[in-house]
Amino acid sequence: MHIRALDYVKEGKAVPADIDGSVLFHCGPIMVQREDGSWAVIAAGPTTSARMNKLEPEFIRKFHIRAIIGKGGMSKDTAEAMKECGCVYLAATGGAAISLAEGLRKCVGQEWLDLGMAEAMWRFDAEKFGPLVVAIDAKGNSLYDKVNASLVRP
Amino acid sequence: MIKLPEPIEDVVVNLLRLANTKLPEDIGWAMEAASGWEQNDIAYTQLGAIMDNVKKAEHVGRPMCQDTGIPVFYVRGKFDSSIGKDISRAVERATRDIPLRPNTVDPITRENCGSNLGPGMPIIHYLPTDDDFTEITVLPKGAGSENMTRLAMLNPADGVEGIKKFIIDSVLDAGGRPCPPTIVGVGIGGTSDVCVAMAKEALLIPLDEENPDPVLRQMEEDIFVVLNGSGLGPMGLGGSTTSLGVRIRKCACHTASLPVAVNIGCWATRRASARITGDGVTYSQGVKF
Repeated sequence: MHIRALDYVKEGKAVPADIDGSVLFHCGPIMVQREDGSWAVIAAGPTTSARMNKLEPEFIRKFHIRAIIGKGGMSKDTAEAMKECGCVYLAATGGAAISLAEGLRKCVGQEWLDLGMAEAMWRFDAEKFGPLVVAIDAKGNSLYDKVNASLVRP
Repeated sequence: MIKLPEPIEDVVVNLLRLANTKLPEDIGWAMEAASGWEQNDIAYTQLGAIMDNVKKAEHVGRPMCQDTGIPVFYVRGKFDSSIGKDISRAVERATRDIPLRPNTVDPITRENCGSNLGPGMPIIHYLPTDDDFTEITVLPKGAGSENMTRLAMLNPADGVEGIKKFIIDSVLDAGGRPCPPTIVGVGIGGTSDVCVAMAKEALLIPLDEENPDPVLRQMEEDIFVVLNGSGLGPMGLGGSTTSLGVRIRKCACHTASLPVAVNIGCWATRRASARITGDGVTYSQGVKF
């Protein structure tokens, strides 16, 4: 989804949904299409955010992302882009896919299903979604850095 | 070949459903115990969220994690060569019916066939024995933990301390990415390929089963203590619950080699086995491996 969205920007094409200023959830959900064509979310926990490190700084700058929800944290370059755009990184509990899916009240759109269920762009209305921990704030302070700096190794 | 009480395909669909919707008891117990002594607030919240999710997933009969992984199978005992086709059909059906997330793609084009099949899939390890049963085990392996796999061809002079250091560094460098608290699977010895396979197989050993080798048992304990004293914590957000267990397997190796492999299992290390005899099918989530 990241690669295609940025390719669209490069080619001067508009992405098919308005994602400007939105919250980005690093997640490849399990979705099921109902008989009426709408989509139900079955399971939706966070995926490893580090996989998006290469693309995320540009993605944040282009689409003015306000919050990223994921797991495991992100690179310094990403935190830098977050700082510029007033974006925070919220850690969700990895694997808590049923509980988190309960907070995704409605699937309001899907794009690029040809990328596969896990890589497509899914859009949701969310409510009482979490628990979430502010793990990198909009000033670049990172809980991951803090934990890593104080790790006890033999 | 054993006369089958029900089609293998049905048994394997049941196995995939059991593994994905119900956490093995030994892992649940380890998580509850850890939560009892966890002092860090964020860590305590993470463990609570995990246990809450596990209960809900079992209750609604849906996968506890959206990454239902790559289905890795181990087939032991007596079996026909056709069993691979039965397992493939079951994977396709389970993907549609449970449902599982279609995860398998072509490694170059990244095209997803939608059925969790494709060349080389599902992964099946065949281990024929003279036993009077067919035993099928599934280990659905998610990418977050699998991507943290490491192999080191150490110098034999590195010894036990070198092995321990490599394992500890592998887990701590992985940070929050493999969804700690993790189960650390380790293979020591063999050739490079066998070593990595052993590390994954080690994840099938229940946490409450004592390692019969006293030296390996001591290593498991030593590494476990270091990891949980490291401060990494659940999801790498800090705390004293980094690992739920360390499982080590070994086999002989070349005199000039010391292969060590680490294959991390996320907290949702899912496994299920079915033992098929003439009398029926027995399902379990912790067989002796």
